Amino acid sequence: MSLVNVSSSPHLHEQVNVRRVMWTVVIALLPALIAAYLFFGWRSIWITILGVVAAVGTEALVQFLTKRPITISDGSAVVTGMLLAFNLPPLTPWWIPVVGSIFAITIGKQIFGGLGYNPVNPALLGRAFLMASWPIQMTTGWATKLANAGVATVSGLKQTLITGGNAQLQNLITSATPLNLAQQIRGDIVAGTAGDSARTIFHQLSSLDYIKELFWGNIGGCIGEVSAAALILGAAILVYKHYVEWRIPIGYIGTVAFLSWMIGGIDGLFSGPVLFHIFSGGLILGAFFMATDMVTSPVTKKGRLIFGIGCGLLTVVIRTWGGYPEGVSYSILIMNIATPLIDKLTPQKTFGYRKKSNK
Amino acid sequence: MCAKTFKGGIHPHDHKHFSNHKAIEKFPAPEKLFIPLIQHIGRPAVPIVKVGDEVKKGQKIAEADGFVSIPIHSPVSGKVTKIGPYPHPTGTIQHAIEIENDGKDEWISELQDDEKYYSLSSDKMKECIQEAGICGMGGAGFPTHVKLSPPENRPIDTVILNGVECEPYLTSDHRLMLEHPEEIIEGLRIIMKVLGAKRGYIGIELNKKNAIIIFKQMLRDHKNINVVPCKLRYPQGAEKQLIYAATKRRVPAGGLPMDVGVVVQNVGTAFAIYEALRYHKPLIERITTISGAIVNEPKNLKVPIGTPLSQLLEFCGGTSEDIAKIISGGPMMGFALPDLEAPATKTTSGFVFMGEKEVVDTTEAPCLRCGRCVDACPMNLLPSFIADKVKNGQYEEAMKLGVLDCIECGSCGYVCPSHIQLVQWIKIGKIEANKLKRQDK
Repeated sequence: MSLVNVSSSPHLHEQVNVRRVMWTVVIALLPALIAAYLFFGWRSIWITILGVVAAVGTEALVQFLTKRPITISDGSAVVTGMLLAFNLPPLTPWWIPVVGSIFAITIGKQIFGGLGYNPVNPALLGRAFLMASWPIQMTTGWATKLANAGVATVSGLKQTLITGGNAQLQNLITSATPLNLAQQIRGDIVAGTAGDSARTIFHQLSSLDYIKELFWGNIGGCIGEVSAAALILGAAILVYKHYVEWRIPIGYIGTVAFLSWMIGGIDGLFSGPVLFHIFSGGLILGAFFMATDMVTSPVTKKGRLIFGIGCGLLTVVIRTWGGYPEGVSYSILIMNIATPLIDKLTPQKTFGYRKKSNK
Repeated sequence: MCAKTFKGGIHPHDHKHFSNHKAIEKFPAPEKLFIPLIQHIGRPAVPIVKVGDEVKKGQKIAEADGFVSIPIHSPVSGKVTKIGPYPHPTGTIQHAIEIENDGKDEWISELQDDEKYYSLSSDKMKECIQEAGICGMGGAGFPTHVKLSPPENRPIDTVILNGVECEPYLTSDHRLMLEHPEEIIEGLRIIMKVLGAKRGYIGIELNKKNAIIIFKQMLRDHKNINVVPCKLRYPQGAEKQLIYAATKRRVPAGGLPMDVGVVVQNVGTAFAIYEALRYHKPLIERITTISGAIVNEPKNLKVPIGTPLSQLLEFCGGTSEDIAKIISGGPMMGFALPDLEAPATKTTSGFVFMGEKEVVDTTEAPCLRCGRCVDACPMNLLPSFIADKVKNGQYEEAMKLGVLDCIECGSCGYVCPSHIQLVQWIKIGKIEANKLKRQDK
């Protein structure tokens, strides 16, 4: 008889490995990429490809130079490159995704020992680096299809929503993602410097018609965050495959929904535009694809919920009072750093565990 | 049907279609049997025969060594030819008694038929069970009479028979339940009488609907015994998980089922208990499943204890391709064996054979911290963290994380995308943690 395999139990294994998980995430991100193509044109695909190629190339190069096995086929660098590109404006210069990916892979991941050892999400770290270094390139270059002639740099939103009237308000608007718009208008209203037309615009932003636009993605925004519908479709794949568990995304989105309802309005407490906050900006992308990054989120069940809630809290704080209109990526980065602590502070009770009593 | 279950767990393919329709076949006693002295948890039995002795079928050939031990009887009549080390189905080498079958099949004393077995006193019943050398036949093999002797401050009100058989491939309990339901119910009644328990449950997983229907019909007249249909989920048949599903009671961590007033016995054990009481028949044979995609004729066999695996496989028509893995027990918790020499014992519920394609790649990738093992763990532990501590030799840390509460069901290893051998690391951790515990004492 030939030699047989002897190993520890279990002798059965689910059809799953790192490669399959990562490539499934890539597939789950594709609907959003297709949506980006539909709304922003070829440019968004070009930016994404640049990000992916740079990420994979950097990973291979670093692993080659450090004489470690080259693991680019596991797809994790592809995911990083894609996520980074998804966080960029569609009309950003071509070298932005390249520089970002190189930074994300070397400083964000390989320097710590590669996949499984990075403390924070590499793609988000790359984005933070780009934001700090080239803020102009990172916050302009929004495109929207609302302007009739295909892709335009001008904000269609600005044109459709701001119809005459308050000149002061119009001057304030320099870029035009919906969140940006909402934050600025709300700031003015709260400060008492805006007129009635600002109120109208704010209410228009939270109207069902506009929420529909947000949901399908007919708005300005980063490449990957534009269509909530496409992102949810991809997220459904991950949830179905048990690669993403409910606690982080639900904790995250739930917290944002509650808090933005509570404090995000202009008519006092509990008047905020909930759906507007859920579907605008990078929340769906962040909650399902970045906060749930396995490596940088807590392992314990309670910890995952705390992590999600923490992300939500920070996101609303940044959106409401912060200097940036969008807080998803910084919230996740901050919570990433808190992950080891959360894991440590949320030990799990063993099934049947009881406090020691005198029997 | 309102099925019960527990939290956590996994859904592996059950692979039971290979053998769940095959009626139990009697395997003819082989020419040579190798009967290990340790087939149970506790001290090994002590041989009371010498090389060259003639033995009869059912004759006691080894005596229990103390209370937590069981005697062993000869499954055939013949001659003792050797007492020495021999491969064991746990993958180790253990002392065994080799018996050459003379083919006469002579009992030491003809089997009786004691119809009044139920009127025996419960002490007498326990004695009978102890003498018959019965241990838990689900896998672990804890001496049954010990389980039936809880201390006085642990009253037992519930007995659960485990007919869940959640291990993939295995169908021996299923077939036994289909073919001998009355005997199993009688066995349960005996256990309940011994323990003074008022309620009885029989837990059966939903992939054995025909068994559930049979038991529901037969239990119409037994108001205090109920069938508990269980959802298909591994490890539904683990003791603590089954107790939770049937009674919602949680066995305390580090405790025993008797701490919540429950005793669990396998359906095979109940059958053996019935035979021991009614016919005074010692435990010398059991039902074993021989299965796997590469086995030509998967079967459920009634096997004399001590029959070498090679003969069982031959009886099942061999394999259609080269064997790449031999598993004693089920594929989730069983042991991989190096060859076909090991014999079937009292706890052998089956042997599974795998071909090249079915063998799992055991190359470990770095942990992704995905937490799938945490979601799968039925004991609510953190398997990846425990494995990590063990890898680094931090056994005390591993103990704090509850390494000793692990039931080794293998759910964590099954779902791990990095193919980390979590169960292997945890098993090592358990050995080291137990050493530390002993030092403290």
